[in-house]
This record gives sequence, structure tokens and C-alpha cells, in this order.
Amino acid sequence: MGMEGIGARVLRKEDQRFITGKGHYTDDFKMAGMHYAAFVRSPHAHAKIGKINKSAAEKMPGVVAVLDGKQLTGDGIGNLICGWMIHSKDGSPMNMGAWSALATEFVRYVGDGVAVVIADSPDNARTGAEAVEVDYKVLPHVTEAVVAMGSGAPQLHPEAKNNIIYDWEIGDKEAAEKAIAGSAHVTEMEIINNRLVPNPMEPRAALASYDSAQDHFTLYTTSQNPHVARLVLSAFYQVAPEHKLRVIAPDVGGGFGSKIYIYPEEIVCLWASKKTGVPVKWTSDRTEAFLADAHGRDHVTKARMGFDKDGRITGFSVDTVANLGAYMSLFSSSVPTYLYATLLSGQYNITNIHCNVRTVYTNTAPVDAYRGAGRPEATYLVERMMETAAREMGMDRAELRRKNFVTEFPHQTPVIMCYDAGDYGATLDAALKASDWAGFEKRKAAAARKGKLRGIGLSCYIEACGIAPSAAVGSLGAGVGLWESAEVRVNPVGTIEILTGSHSHGQGHETTFAQLVSERFGLPTDNVQIVHGDTDKVQFGMGTYGSRSGAVGMSAITKALDKVEAKAKKIAAHLLEADAGDIVIENGEVKVAGTDKKLGWHEVCLAAYTGHNLPAGMEPGLKEGAFYDPTNFTFPAGAYVCEVEVDPDTGKTEVVQFVAADDFGTIINPMIVEGQVHGGITQGIGQAMLEGAIYDGNGQLVTASYMDYCMPRADDVPSYQVSHHVTECPGNPLGMKGCGEAGAIGSPPALINAITDAIGNNNLTMPATPARVWAALNGK
Amino acid sequence: MTSKISMTVNGRQVEGSVEGRTLLVEFLREHLGLTGTHVGCDTSQCGACVVHVDGKAVKSCTLLAAAADGGDVVTIEGLADGTRLHPMQTAFKENHGLQCGFCTPGMIMSAVDLVNRHKSNGGGKLTEEKIRAELEGNICRCTGYHNIVKAIEAGAKAM
Amino acid sequence: MYQTNYHRASSLEEAAKLFKKGDDAKFVSGGQTLIPTMKQRLAAPTDLIDLRHIKGMSGIKVSGKKVAIGAATTHYDVSTNGKLAAVCPALAALASHIGDPAVRHMGTIGGSIANNDPAADYPAAMLALGATIVTNKREIEADKFFKGMFETALKDGEIITAVAFAAPTRAAYVKYPNPASRYAMCGVFVADHGKGDIRVAVTGAGNDGVFRHRAMEKALAGNFSADAIASIATSADDMLSDIHGDAAYRAHLVNVMARRAVAQAG
Repeated sequence: MGMEGIGARVLRKEDQRFITGKGHYTDDFKMAGMHYAAFVRSPHAHAKIGKINKSAAEKMPGVVAVLDGKQLTGDGIGNLICGWMIHSKDGSPMNMGAWSALATEFVRYVGDGVAVVIADSPDNARTGAEAVEVDYKVLPHVTEAVVAMGSGAPQLHPEAKNNIIYDWEIGDKEAAEKAIAGSAHVTEMEIINNRLVPNPMEPRAALASYDSAQDHFTLYTTSQNPHVARLVLSAFYQVAPEHKLRVIAPDVGGGFGSKIYIYPEEIVCLWASKKTGVPVKWTSDRTEAFLADAHGRDHVTKARMGFDKDGRITGFSVDTVANLGAYMSLFSSSVPTYLYATLLSGQYNITNIHCNVRTVYTNTAPVDAYRGAGRPEATYLVERMMETAAREMGMDRAELRRKNFVTEFPHQTPVIMCYDAGDYGATLDAALKASDWAGFEKRKAAAARKGKLRGIGLSCYIEACGIAPSAAVGSLGAGVGLWESAEVRVNPVGTIEILTGSHSHGQGHETTFAQLVSERFGLPTDNVQIVHGDTDKVQFGMGTYGSRSGAVGMSAITKALDKVEAKAKKIAAHLLEADAGDIVIENGEVKVAGTDKKLGWHEVCLAAYTGHNLPAGMEPGLKEGAFYDPTNFTFPAGAYVCEVEVDPDTGKTEVVQFVAADDFGTIINPMIVEGQVHGGITQGIGQAMLEGAIYDGNGQLVTASYMDYCMPRADDVPSYQVSHHVTECPGNPLGMKGCGEAGAIGSPPALINAITDAIGNNNLTMPATPARVWAALNGK
Repeated sequence: MTSKISMTVNGRQVEGSVEGRTLLVEFLREHLGLTGTHVGCDTSQCGACVVHVDGKAVKSCTLLAAAADGGDVVTIEGLADGTRLHPMQTAFKENHGLQCGFCTPGMIMSAVDLVNRHKSNGGGKLTEEKIRAELEGNICRCTGYHNIVKAIEAGAKAM
Repeated sequence: MYQTNYHRASSLEEAAKLFKKGDDAKFVSGGQTLIPTMKQRLAAPTDLIDLRHIKGMSGIKVSGKKVAIGAATTHYDVSTNGKLAAVCPALAALASHIGDPAVRHMGTIGGSIANNDPAADYPAAMLALGATIVTNKREIEADKFFKGMFETALKDGEIITAVAFAAPTRAAYVKYPNPASRYAMCGVFVADHGKGDIRVAVTGAGNDGVFRHRAMEKALAGNFSADAIASIATSADDMLSDIHGDAAYRAHLVNVMARRAVAQAG
């Protein structure tokens, strides 16, 4: 290993361009003759579309085209689909309603696209869009899932009776009920997991062009997975065949899940670029992002957890209603099922679990995966239940958890997952120690003297990452495999390009992926270039989400490096007249072990390309590819402790200490991993006390800008204490588990457990805004 | 109606013809090709668009280009001295004060302004609390601010 | 944003002339509220007349207790002016918490007062300081200037040129910011002008914009202490209610912020 190998805090290679303003995000690209799209969006939550009068808009300055949904479907553009089939417990397939990229008959949420105006400037396009007259016949609407499945609720899609998309279950209901019935204590709660808007700082954008000479499309877009985008745009939306469509996801300014999906706007830009003959760019403004980006979470859950007289969990019964919005987004169906209910065992040994999930259409923006996706909902539920149970039973909160920890691996839960490795006691111990849990009462007394209410909260989370074994997810309904690909191209001079199907939009892959090469061959990371985000360069890939780029993406690179190393060793053995098994590569040199015979790495690479003296029958060149399909999910886990002070006069909560002790398996670059945890925790604090998407009685999104949607700012959060406790993942060659989502998963329950501890009222809903905390304090 | 404007941008005299409604950020990005300055919101809150006009940090999405006529503008592209990075740029890199990079230009421009103001108003210790309060107008979704605060502490020392 | 014509006025006379010429002209100073409103297409003036470059419109004059602040003086300049801080630190402190640093570099006191946003900070200061709003036509007492949300006594084409007030013997402003927008959810400016002349002005909370809290003024006139107003309730009927806090919460905040302001004023 060199100075820049696995475990080194290597500074990021990508930073140079970002700190000098030389990054290239989608909106930074220009094309000759480029025009701009503006969408005509529904102002109503639910309405039937009547006549669309375009004539005024068509005459507006700079407008070249006004296009609507009937033209789009008339040109054969297909409906948007959800790519994960879930079957209800009665065996019937999920009830998916039709979703056209531009609405044709009905609009189903405020922001639903009806038409698009193409003009010579963004302002002219917007003014043109305002001039499009749409006759709406307003229909009754519903925005809450529980209401939507009730009798008499407005119906959104004819396919989904009572707006229910599926009624799914996992686990053994009878066994869970029996176990709970025989329990010494039962904790019962209703838990709301608030709807969030992901809000990457770069709004979504698309720049589409059509080359009629080549009959070929190019799309620059803000995507976490450009190959999946191309596949879906080709196979399902029939925009263009795959070999006639190049998708480029250049620098992307954050995603957090919201840039996984293929949205109507990209489809429309591609279609419109061919229809109008000019390149078409669309850049979302922030309010459009609030209206039309996929939202996250939005669960209402009733749960009961039984305990025996010693505090051991006997059974867990969960009934969840999940709001999926007006249409089924690309992976929406998997979030409240296989990414949620399969984690309900938490870090605990629970024999009997049953979970029922109903997903529901409402007149709101589509809901899909947002950082953590299902796992924050599961963790919040489990850890609020555990905390509450400890309080109710008068038991020590940490000890109740410890008593129920899984301690032997592999551990098969009753909800599919098989935990492969972990040490939950170690992360709990570390978190309790770092937070000086034992000294809390003293700090509470000191706070009381200042007139503040101090509270402490704990959360022990587990998640499933590295998604996922293709055959396994295929059997559960996924429409794609979730492997990853890599290609390692060694140049004749010995420098290396790694082409990866993973996509970096903040994660620092250009640095960490290069560290694998440094580890392997002892080359400086400067000699390695990471190539990603372009379907013309990288053959295929599944992209970045679900904390998978380490455990899956880097495993693919590792496999390809294995092949490169083996071939390089054969060449060197031939040149040095040694046995390939005796060749070692270190510090940029290829040596015969135990001798002074050696070659420079670059000499071996050059030999591979000159082909003058290769082993008999060997092809020239040094380039290898690999596909890696994971053998299991990975299971990052940890313990978080949050300490707060509440101002009883205003209800304002100050997070005064936050400790994270995580087990992510092998860590390539601790600096980057810590950064992922910091960001994740902040989003979790955002969910717990600041953020919430709210639709009003008219179905209007009230929180449609930063004036009303409360983003965490620097003075809302403290500095964090982060530590790592490694148990290696046995499922992949590097022992990695993944770190991208943990912070957002583990932190909300820690914070709410701390606030409810401080105020002595357990009845508190996220986000715990000052007004809500004040009301809870005053019994309102 | 368009009008001619001229200003100094990153030490270079530039001229342009803009509409009355053209924002400074549009002039920088679309007319001058300086795409380092970003737009992240519509309500003047995120700070991705912060540049310096006449030595002070301003939100270039909330200032008409014509209103900046005759001004001296510095953007993220003009912060380094040739290939020598500004100490604040170096501090952001060395402290991992950025992830996706989108808020970074505005964040760095605000950070430089913050330190400049702090120094001109008497200096003293730039506390974490003060840095966090001063970042009210810059939103980052990736870093959780932890390393941004550390970067600004380091950058302030080096400036 | 819709098309607009930008003009830079070099004198009040030119500004007035340009205003008359425009179909639907608006004055702009720092533009920190108007430009975002135009970007959201909620305002569409045909002409924008920039007042920032008019001579004598910015700057702070302090003579004894008398303070005059030019209308185009930025929040940043108000917050850092040593002479002002010496006689009325409460106003400098208020200015240092408007918006964020970049907004404070552009936004002006005249613009803020003319806009009279119900959640803006300066209107509370003007009321509590008993300030005079000076325009190109006349002088208006603050008590007669603010007419409810976004409404003022300004006539069409009238330009605020300065504000003037006598520094109080003690004063403080404490606000509770809206968690999302950071505008005041409730801000209370308390000023003691001596001889029992106490003024208490509340912004952000009332459903008709900034207002004076007479009951608190009366109580404080007899006993300038937080305790004196501890039991003075504010009617929730007159309070704003939104997703960030209902009327009862805001009514409660008025009392909390007022007590803190009194304590801080000392």
C-alpha cells in the first residue's frame, strides 16, 4: 500500500475544479441554436383537462412551439412506469395507473405538466407558458393517504380501487399476534414519518438535442444513473433506441435519490428537440423542484411491540400506510416494502414480526426514494418504540437495547434479511462513552439553572445497503439487476483509466476509486483517471444510490483489477524469466519476490502494448472489464446519541451534542466517510425538527420555497463527533458496507428521543418545530 | 429595451448589451460564460450565486446587471491569483469543505467576505458560533456544514 | 421576470420625472425584496428607478441625541456605524440581523420601510423610536406612516429620503425568526424615551402588520422591568397564523420577546 491506498485521508482530486468555479453542471452547457423549455403546470390538485388554447402563446415573442400531451402520446411516446412489481397479499399485481409525460385527460397534482413551450430565452418560454389557456374542470382532491383509502374519497386512477396500489404483507401475522398477546408489556404507538423534499442544491436540468443527419439524440441531464435513464427512455418511453441515444450526466450537484428517476421533463425535452429541430434546455427553478421532484417518506404507522418480563422483545406488529403521490415513480413501490419492512428487526433478535403495508395514490407529488429510502422510516419506528418501551417499563434505555441485540452472525431475521456481520455492543459502548452518557444528569442540572430543559436520546440503527443481489431482487419484483460494471484501461505509459457505472455527485469517487489502484499497484492517485457518467464512454452501469458505490461499484473495480494484475504478472514473469506466482507489484514496481529482479510498472505496460515479447498466445494490450453482482445486502449499523436543550419559553430546540459511532466495514478514505456522516446527520436533523412538505386544504404545496420549507442552515446544527468501529463485511472483496445514508437513517429517532426526554412528553410529531414543542410542553 | 453596460469582472473590463430584467448572474453566466456562479433558489436564500461587487458579497440573482453597471465584480473564477489558489479555496479543499460542489463557489465567496468584514471590524477570534451565524445566507445540502466551518476557520487564519 | 426598463436616477427630481414617465414605474433601492418578487412574476413594473445613486441619500448623521439616516443606507452600514452604535445600539443590532450578510450589503432602510413587510424588522424600530419618515414631499410621523401589511402613507411617486429620530435613553430589539425564512415571526422593539415615555412595537406577529403594544407601554411606564409585563397577554385574535406557528403561539411569543427586550435594554 502506498500513501494513498485504502484507509488514507487523500484530499479530493475533484475539488480543484469546484473551488475554482470550473465544474461543469448540466445548466452550464450550451449548444448552437439552443432554445428553452417552460412547462405549463396544473394549478389544481385534481382536474379534468378541457380545451387547451395555444394560439395566444404561439404568438408570444420568441416562442417557436407549444406542445401538449395529445401530441406527445400521438407521437408514440410511452407512459412513465414503476420498475419494481409488488404483489398484494392476495396475489394480485400492484394497481399502476397511467402516467403520461404531459397529462392528456386529467391532472392529478399541483405541478402536473400539461404542455410545454419552447422559446428563445427562459423568460420568453415562461411568459409563453403563462399565455397557454387550459380549461380545467376542477375535481375533488385528496392529499392524505389515510383519507384517500377511505370511503367516498376522490378516485385518482381507475386501476386503483379506493386509491390503493397494493396491500402487501411480510412475516407471520398469527405468530406475531400470539407473541404480543402473551407479552408482559406491550408498547403501542402511532408514528408519522413526515414528507420531505430532497433538495439537492443543483436543481434538475436537461439539455436535449437531435441530430437529424445521424438520427441520434444526446441528452445532458442531472442523473445519478445515466445508463438506467437511457435504458428506460429507450425500452419504455420509446424516445429513441439505445444505440441512438447518448446520455451524459456531467457534474451533478447532489442527488439524495431524487435524481435516480427519469422524469417527464427529460422525456419532453428529447421529444421536443426532434419535433422542433433545435436543442432544448430545461432548468428547474427551486419552486418547480418543490412541486415536481419526487418527494420522500410520508408514512403513517400503527405499531405494537411486546416484551417479556425481562424486557426481551416477543413480537412486533406493524401496519403502515404509505403515500405514493399522484403517480408511481420509478422505484416507488420498493421503498415502503423491501427497503422498509425488511429492516423492522433493527439490531434486535425478534422472532415474530408482521408488517402490513398499503400504498395509496393521492393528489400530491410522486414519492420515491430519498436518502435512506424506507430504512429511515423503519429505524425511526423501531427506535421510537424501543425508547418508549424503556420509559414505560422503567428500564435503562441503553440496557433494554443491549439485552435484545443480535450477537451471533449470520443472523436470519423473520423479514428476509440475513445479517452477515456486526458488533452492535461495540458501537453502543462507543457512543455512550463519547457522549459521556453517564454524566448527563449533571449537565441537565446545569441547564436547568439556565432555565433550559436538557434531554438525551439514543438510537441504534441498522440498514441494508449494497443493493443488491440481482437474482434476489429479481425474485422480489425488481425490473433490473443491481450489479455494477467496471473497466480498467491501462495505458502504454502505465497510467490508468477506470470506467465505472457508478456515478459521483458529491461522493468523491474520483478520489476513492483511484485509491484502489494506489493500494493495488502503489501508483499515485494522480496517475489514475475515473471516467463515469457518459453512456458513450462507459458500456453500462446501474448508478449510485442506496450506498452501493463502495460495496458494489468498487467490488467491480476490484474484480477488474484482479484481471489486470494477473495479466501484468504473466507478462512480467515472461520478461523476467520467472514464475508468475513469484511476481509481486508494489510501489510502482513489478518484482520477482526474494530477488533483485524487477521492472517498472510502466515497462510492463509498454511491453503489453508493443507486443514484441509476450508469452505465447497472449493478446496484446492491458485492459480488463468486470461485472460484479453482490452476494448479499450489506448491513451498516451504529449507535447515535443526541443531546438537546429546549428553551421552554419558545419551544426552540438546540442540538448541543451529537455523537455517531458507525460500523461501515472497511473504510477507503475516512475524510470522505466522515463527510458523508456529517451530511446525513444534518438531513436527519432536518427531518426531525425543521423540514416538512405541507399541502393545504386546496391541495396547494404551501412549502414550495425556502421561505416556508425549512432547510437546515449552519446555525441550526452543531459540529459532530464521529467515530468508526469496523467489522468487515464478508460478502464483498473489500469488506465494505456503505456509508452514504447512515446519518440520515440513525439521527431522527435520536433527536426526537432527546427532545421528548427533555420536555417529558412523548407525544411529538416530526418535524418538532418550536411551535410544536412549545405546544407539547404546554399540553396543547 | 436593451442597454449597454460595462463593468470590471475579475479584473477585466467587460461590456455587454442587456435587457432591463437581466440579472447579474445571467450576465455572468450567459453573456460572459462564467458558469462558476450558480443559481440554487428563486428567493435569494441559498447563496450559490454570491459574488463580490465593489468588495462586498452580494447575491447576484437579486441584482440587476444594469444596477451593477460600472461596478467591480469578482466571481469564483477570479478569486485565485493565476494558478495560486486563494487561501480560502485551499482551506475548503484541505478540510473537505465541499462534496457536490454546487454551493461551493457562493460558499467560498461568502467566506472570504466574512473574514474580510471580521478583520475590518476589529478582528479577534472568529468563533464557530460567529461563522455559523454568518453563513445564514448560504445553504449546503451535502456537508452538514461541519467541514465548511472548519475550512473557514483555517482559511481565516491563512488570509 | 417580465420585461422592465431600468433607470438610474442621479437626483430626486430626475427620479420623480422618470416615475411620471413610466406606465407603471416603481422605485428600487437595494432591491432585496422587489427583485425576488419580480422574479416570481408577482410584480411587473414597466420601469424601475434606482435611487441608490442619488447624492445625499445614504449616510448616517448623529448630532447629540439626534440621528438621521439616509434612505439608501444599507443594513450593513447601519449595523457597523460607530456613532449610531454609541447612541442607539439597539438599532445597529437590529440591522445586523436583517436577512443575511449579502442581503445586508444591498438592502436599505428606506426600501424596507417603504415596503412595510409585516415581518420586516425596521418598521418596529421606527414605531418604537418615534421616528420621522422624511420624504421628498413632507415629513411623516412613524405612527401615521405604517398602515397595515405592505401599506404605508406614501403617495404615488413619493420617495423616502431619510429617517430621523431622537435616540432613546435605552432600547432593545429581540426577535424570534421564522425557522425557514428567517424573517421575524415576532420581533419586539422596546424604547424608553425618558419621563415614562415608553414605546413598544411588535412586528411579524400581528395580522395587520407592525403595531404598538399600548398595554405593555403603560405597564412599563410605571415599572420598566420584565416582570411588569409578564402577565400582559396579547389577543390571539389579532395574530397571524401559519404553518410555522398558530396565533396562540405568536401571541405567547410577543410576551416572551417583549420581556427579553426589556431585560436586554436594562
